[in-house]
Amino acid sequence: MQEVAMPANNPAMALICLLIPLLPFIGFLINGLGNRKLPVGLAGFIGSATVFISFLLSLYLFFTFNGQPYLTDIFNWVSVGNLQIPISFQIDQLSLIMLLLVTGVGFVIHVYSIGYMHHDENFGKFFAFLNLFIFSMLLLVMGSNYVLMFFGWEGVGLCSYLLIGFWNKNQNYNNAAKKAFIMNRIGDLGFLLGIFLIFNTFESVAYAEVFSKATQIPNLLNAPVMVTITLLLFIGAMGKSAQLPLYTWLPDAMAGPTPVSALIHAATMVTAGIYMVLRSNVLYSLAPDTLHVIAIIGLITAVFAATIGLAQNDVKKVLAYSTVSQLGYMFLALGVTAYSSSMFHVLTHAFFKALLFLGAGSVIHAMSGEQDIRMMGGLRKKLPITFITFFVGTLAISGIPPFAGFFSKDELLAHVWEHSKIMWAFGVFASFMTAFYMFRLLYLTFFGTFRGTEEQRHHLHESPSSMTLPLIILAILSTIGGFMGMPAVFGARHYLADFLSPVFNNARIANPTMFEAAELSHSTEYMLMAISVGVAVLAIIVAYITYVKNRTVPAEESARLSPLHNLIYHKYYIDEIYNALIVRPVMWLSTNVYRFIEQSIIDPVINGFGKGVIGGGRSLRLLQTGDIGFYIFAMVLSIVLIIILNFRFW
Amino acid sequence: MDQIPEVIRTIPLNYYLFFSTTLFVIGVTGVLTRRNAIIIFMCIELMLNAVNLLLTAFSAYRSDANAQIFVFFIMAVAAAEVCVGLAIIVMIYRNIRSTDINILNNLKW
Repeated sequence: MQEVAMPANNPAMALICLLIPLLPFIGFLINGLGNRKLPVGLAGFIGSATVFISFLLSLYLFFTFNGQPYLTDIFNWVSVGNLQIPISFQIDQLSLIMLLLVTGVGFVIHVYSIGYMHHDENFGKFFAFLNLFIFSMLLLVMGSNYVLMFFGWEGVGLCSYLLIGFWNKNQNYNNAAKKAFIMNRIGDLGFLLGIFLIFNTFESVAYAEVFSKATQIPNLLNAPVMVTITLLLFIGAMGKSAQLPLYTWLPDAMAGPTPVSALIHAATMVTAGIYMVLRSNVLYSLAPDTLHVIAIIGLITAVFAATIGLAQNDVKKVLAYSTVSQLGYMFLALGVTAYSSSMFHVLTHAFFKALLFLGAGSVIHAMSGEQDIRMMGGLRKKLPITFITFFVGTLAISGIPPFAGFFSKDELLAHVWEHSKIMWAFGVFASFMTAFYMFRLLYLTFFGTFRGTEEQRHHLHESPSSMTLPLIILAILSTIGGFMGMPAVFGARHYLADFLSPVFNNARIANPTMFEAAELSHSTEYMLMAISVGVAVLAIIVAYITYVKNRTVPAEESARLSPLHNLIYHKYYIDEIYNALIVRPVMWLSTNVYRFIEQSIIDPVINGFGKGVIGGGRSLRLLQTGDIGFYIFAMVLSIVLIIILNFRFW
Repeated sequence: MDQIPEVIRTIPLNYYLFFSTTLFVIGVTGVLTRRNAIIIFMCIELMLNAVNLLLTAFSAYRSDANAQIFVFFIMAVAAAEVCVGLAIIVMIYRNIRSTDINILNNLKW
């Protein structure tokens, strides 16, 4: 029987739960209000320390957790009719893992930011936004109902907007920020409608109630309402987690400072969609049709984004498309109901992708802002720590054992194999491309000879320890992170899957057939592993021959490319298509509505009222003659009129 | 109606009505036609007194003291008003050496 989340009767525990999100919020207030007055060192310290204490408190919660989920009520927020929305936090296996991830990786990135943003004039503002982001993200993962999740969801969206457009003197960056914001709003509309439909169906928005009702109401399996709810929620996830067709904001979001790319666009915010689907696993298990859709969209996204990654020349853009692709993998896993594998990949991906982004930031820092890999090369000797950690991250994402990415991706692909062989083949193909473009990036950046300017060559230097230390920490996590989920063939325990298992109890009750384990034979499992490792190694060798041995450098901007190469280089012209299909018509519509409806109908009517009042006042003003005799006459006449009217002669 | 003294009935109520109406109309006409502020003031007093007389007459005929209370109020208020009004008129006179209301139109639009 599924244990229902019970209220925590321990006040100390409640205080800790409250403090975890509150501390970053306090950091936000201090840094935000004292933006220009706080010394730089103090602002960085406050920003990082608050998140670090939250991390320690999360660790405490994790180690004192006894397997029994509990709720911590803070106060009642909304109470209308039978709609009750308390501010209350749910601590269970899923939120604990996310808590550790958000505060842990968040803290490391905060420390990195102290070094990376050191010369920026708005240092305090940056840390204020980072802290606000952590606060929103914590609300998102800790909230015990959909509305609170939506609150955090919007909060991270806002912070993403603020941070992408952090260097707001550059209009292109502002446009990227707006794009992220608007694309996310499209998804949020779906999420919001989903919440309304959940309330309409289950008469509650609290997880505990919705999920227990979902298991009790008969005939919900694949009912239209369940499919609609889950599809609407998934639209929200598509926006936040950059899935086709709502993914184009993420590569553009690389305009923000690099720590932001690492924090938001690799480790935390974009995984909110995965978290939301995992949280609603009961509902999704009741809607297998939606799961098919998710699996297909995830797979298409994984392959599609990987192909774009092959031809990008901006170091952060490559990583951005890689993130989109990896998120596609996670949705693919969700779609084949490999829930805990998806979470596993979220965790390992957070480690190695944050590492790769921070490593890229370290390279950009050394190159004085240069992001084009055609201008790099041979950085291996100048940036030894960055090189080694970046190499670890690249191995991890390519799926080379024993690095973290191998275990999670292999487990994920094994589940896809059980589900469909064709999907698995495409997944492996995407995995090949992943290894190829990641090693292309590595070789072009760190191997060969330096291709930048003389000035950049003299400026090259290893980053300060506040930046290299986070790299080392993340590199260690990327190396050993995979061991929390060893595959069964190696005879070790899958700690993560065992830990997360109770979260899916309701789903097991709701749809038992879905969870009937299809046991893979050991030989199959070894074969799958061998194939995925072999494919990755092959990709590495191909990349080595192309970019190190033959010293190929991607073509100049002006060079003519083959049609296919051109298509991929320009990201399939998706942005241009959106521009032509959606942006331009909307702009045209609004310009014309402005011209013909606003300017010719609404404006004259509104201005007419104003002009009428002004004109009336101008005429009536003339009655004020200042002539007392006239006033008295008017008064007497009025009184006589009032008396006559009161007699009602008619 | 028994309590009404005979002496009051010697003059019928109608007479009072006509008389006070006449007084009131004289007051109104004065207010509307005269230009001297002090005379306008006196005409207002005339109107007030016309009303007072009427109230007293009705009060006596109906042997009801309520109206007489009103009369006292009107007198008191009128006295206070005259104090203020006369003070204003005196100040105006000091400034422009005239109480002609037709030239007191400085506050027009």
